[in-house]
Amino acid sequence: MEQIRELQAYGYFFFTVFLTVVLYAYIVHLYRAEKKGTRNYEKYGKLALDDELHRAPVEPNEDEDEMKENKEKK
Amino acid sequence: MQNAALEYDYSVAKWFTYLAIIFGIVGMVVGTYIAFELAFPELNNLFGQYGTFSRLRPIHTNVVAFGFTLSGTFATFYYVAQRVLKVSIAESKTVHGIAKLHFWLYLVLAAWMVVSELMGYTTSKEYAEMEWPLDVLTVVVWVLWGIAMFGLIGMRREKTLYISMWYYIATFLGVAMLYLFNNMEVPTYFVTGMGDWMHSVSMYAGTNDALVQWWYGHNAVAFVFTVPIIAIIYYYLPKESGQPVFSYKLSLLSFWGLMFVYLWAGSHHLIYSTVPDWMQTMGSIFSIVLILPSWGSAINMLLTMKGEWNQLKESPLIKFMVLASTFYMLSTLEGPIQSIKSVNALAHFTDWIPGHVHDGTLGWVAFMIIAATLHMAPRFYKREIYSKKLMEMQFWIQTTGIVLYFSSMWIAGITQGMMWRAVDQYGNLAYSFIDTVTVLHPYYTIRATGGLLFVIGLFMWAYNFVKTMQSDRVLEKEPAFASPMGA
Repeated sequence: MEQIRELQAYGYFFFTVFLTVVLYAYIVHLYRAEKKGTRNYEKYGKLALDDELHRAPVEPNEDEDEMKENKEKK
Repeated sequence: MQNAALEYDYSVAKWFTYLAIIFGIVGMVVGTYIAFELAFPELNNLFGQYGTFSRLRPIHTNVVAFGFTLSGTFATFYYVAQRVLKVSIAESKTVHGIAKLHFWLYLVLAAWMVVSELMGYTTSKEYAEMEWPLDVLTVVVWVLWGIAMFGLIGMRREKTLYISMWYYIATFLGVAMLYLFNNMEVPTYFVTGMGDWMHSVSMYAGTNDALVQWWYGHNAVAFVFTVPIIAIIYYYLPKESGQPVFSYKLSLLSFWGLMFVYLWAGSHHLIYSTVPDWMQTMGSIFSIVLILPSWGSAINMLLTMKGEWNQLKESPLIKFMVLASTFYMLSTLEGPIQSIKSVNALAHFTDWIPGHVHDGTLGWVAFMIIAATLHMAPRFYKREIYSKKLMEMQFWIQTTGIVLYFSSMWIAGITQGMMWRAVDQYGNLAYSFIDTVTVLHPYYTIRATGGLLFVIGLFMWAYNFVKTMQSDRVLEKEPAFASPMGA
């Protein structure tokens, strides 16, 4: 019984450390992606503001465009 | 690029808005009535078995949660999803048809729920009172919503899903999982040939049943009262104020934080019960950690108003939303405090708990749904909102109501908790139960009065909405940000 408790305690500790690392890694990932220029997360705030149907999308969905092109070809 | 005549189709959003108004009034009139019953018990006898507290209480909770809040959620979903995905639901007859079917079946389910619970059919599981045939219909309704949701996502022109969509998707997935597991039940008539065909018993027994029930019960709060309302505020506050979200990155971080942490907090409902001690501790700890993602979203919303606080003075809609966000912060601090074991020893089973629930549901949930529907009204009908003054009055009357509600319940709850555990020098209980009831009477009356004020505000909301539909102040084009409103 004591051994199980000890294992539980180690498990609990390392799991907490793991989750903390995941949390901070996610924050680092968000900032790094912006710094490298692969993503600009803040521009997505515009998705709520520029939401008229006839305005150009903030980031066009290429799948949608491809589908339309294919339809037109047919 | 697109067909010039194409427009967003608000039909389903409008229908769900009407339902939100109707269910808001029904659910909260019943709630206020039973609050008066607690203060004046003779009111229990007015309508025979149909008017008793025990019969009406599940109707109050179910109608406000699954009638009012979910109608508000669906109404805003069918509005927001089209806009942030830049796609009209009318572009696909199938998706539009499914959305309409979703509405009509939901209406049948909601009506059946009210009638069956009034007749006394209940599983006796809190917030999961609906009997098995209604549960089956719930699954159908929910799946239809999912098809409409992912149908719209599949048609989108906007590649990235706005944060509100993440929260709507989480609502869909979270409720689906919780609902299925907690409502596993055995229809007694079909298995044993005995009893009423509507009746069922839970598949779980004893402590296991309690654990599954509160895993569900607390997460019903999470995925009905929190997650979809965050979806709503992340769209409507930026849009009404014309300000982009303060930090989109913070919104993402808060999202994942909330998703991970919330699901573990339910066992705080079972502190000092027969569930394993480690599980109770886990519930407490996760509840405390939950402050972080909750406040992450709330602070993000308040900071969105940075440099624009003049709007708080000028627009009643902004007032509703900023106060909603503030109540969300209050509520998500109060809940974790109540889940600390030593505080829970005092607070559990007292009126402090409904006090806590109501500063969240009235201040956060109802205020956001009210604000969202009034923001949509000028876009639905191409008319100005009928009266700004009426909205201002509604805001102050309802805020007063909420303050009366939670302050009276704080005092009542703590008084009750202290009296229950007071002992004399020999360890005998100092008070009998009726002593607490006598002491609490004035607070129960104040609470019911607070509820009454809130309900008066709901009628003002409904009146303002209907008058907006009929207003002759027609708008030439859809307003971009702040909703135009008549004096």
